[in-house]
Amino acid sequence: MSFDVTLTLTRGARQLAYAFTAGPGLTALFGPSGAGKTSLLDAVAGLLRPAAGRIVVNGQTLFDSGARIDLRPEQRACGYVFQDLRLFPHRTVEQNLRFGAKRAHGADTALGWEHVLELLGIERLLDRMPATLSGGEAQRVAIGRALLSGPRFLLLDEPLASVDAARREEILRLIERIRDELALPILYVSHDRAEVEQLAHTIVPVG
Amino acid sequence: MALLSASEWEILVLSLKVSAVAIGASLPVAFAFAWVLARWRFPGKVLLDALVHLPLVLPPVVTGWLLLLAFATDAPLGRFLNNTLGLTFLFRWTGAALAAAVMALPLMVRAMRLSIENVDPRLEQAARTLGAGRWRTFTAITLPLCANGIFAALVLGFARSIGEFGATITFASNIPGETQTLPLAIYSALQVPGAEGQVTRLAVLSVLLSLGALVLSEWLVRRSGQDKGRHVV
Repeated sequence: MSFDVTLTLTRGARQLAYAFTAGPGLTALFGPSGAGKTSLLDAVAGLLRPAAGRIVVNGQTLFDSGARIDLRPEQRACGYVFQDLRLFPHRTVEQNLRFGAKRAHGADTALGWEHVLELLGIERLLDRMPATLSGGEAQRVAIGRALLSGPRFLLLDEPLASVDAARREEILRLIERIRDELALPILYVSHDRAEVEQLAHTIVPVG
Repeated sequence: MALLSASEWEILVLSLKVSAVAIGASLPVAFAFAWVLARWRFPGKVLLDALVHLPLVLPPVVTGWLLLLAFATDAPLGRFLNNTLGLTFLFRWTGAALAAAVMALPLMVRAMRLSIENVDPRLEQAARTLGAGRWRTFTAITLPLCANGIFAALVLGFARSIGEFGATITFASNIPGETQTLPLAIYSALQVPGAEGQVTRLAVLSVLLSLGALVLSEWLVRRSGQDKGRHVV
């Protein structure tokens, strides 16, 4: 199993419960806005502590309330592409891309620098500051930064939401390439049915 | 230089020394307070906030008197510092530095707190997911993003220290060569008939120092802005 997740999250007064397993490839978490999809990604990344449950990815236990396991975010080796991208504004594109290189160094899943740049078509952006990038460029840099950090799995949160219609196809193709060329399990959040049906091997309804 | 007499040089050097030590000592303390006030939530936070700001609103003479109560050699805190570290403050330049540090603290905390509040915690989360631990996240993301606030705090703190009068004269007294900083020297010279020339020179010195601090801070802020991006609009 790529993902084996059973957990409850407390968000204010609400209790959210999730349970799913998924095989290799791309698993889409599909549901309306506000259903707690991003909260689930945050919990898998270690940014949000579940009230109870278990998170196992690729056979590695990241969180288990019963066994008192709770790996820190930096130990989980996830490549998280946030919906709001979160590129570091004070660093160039190249510095952003190299930020996770320390962990990637020595990781058996590490992807090559040239490979990723070529895959994403961001060779010419290296000297730019994040604020000067267009939506599509910033999106590709954010994906590149996650891929270059030696991830064992990817979390993609609505990667098409902040991209205009013209760039949408391009990013979609890119995600298909990442899905097919890199053997990384992907957890993909979306509220768009067509997008999910095109990309996903496994669909998990949320909410 | 013939522009200043030997004793005026001494006053200038002492003022700079007192201010530098005051700012150096309060920087980490002020940053810790700023961090706690910006990032933590706990009962009694309002009280801590008020306490930190107290030197800003109290008459400086009262602050000086409170320091006297706390750090006199027969007061518990004063005795403890004297016994353990050999530090005495009364009638010493260290006392002038302590008074200046306490008076500068609230301004430094304010400047740094604002800049810490402006750092988006979501960027720190992103750094964590990229493999950076707490320390690297702090040094590589948080600190550079609030660097301008720290510069501003240093300059504000320096300006406040160099002009400190009330708390210093109350706590450390006005001793030439030991605790007599620029404002105290100007005050003393004003009491002496025929010392108008000295008053003028010292006052001009004060203006130059303050202006210098302002220009330096502008330059630092601009320079860090350029480093961070040709994009800043």
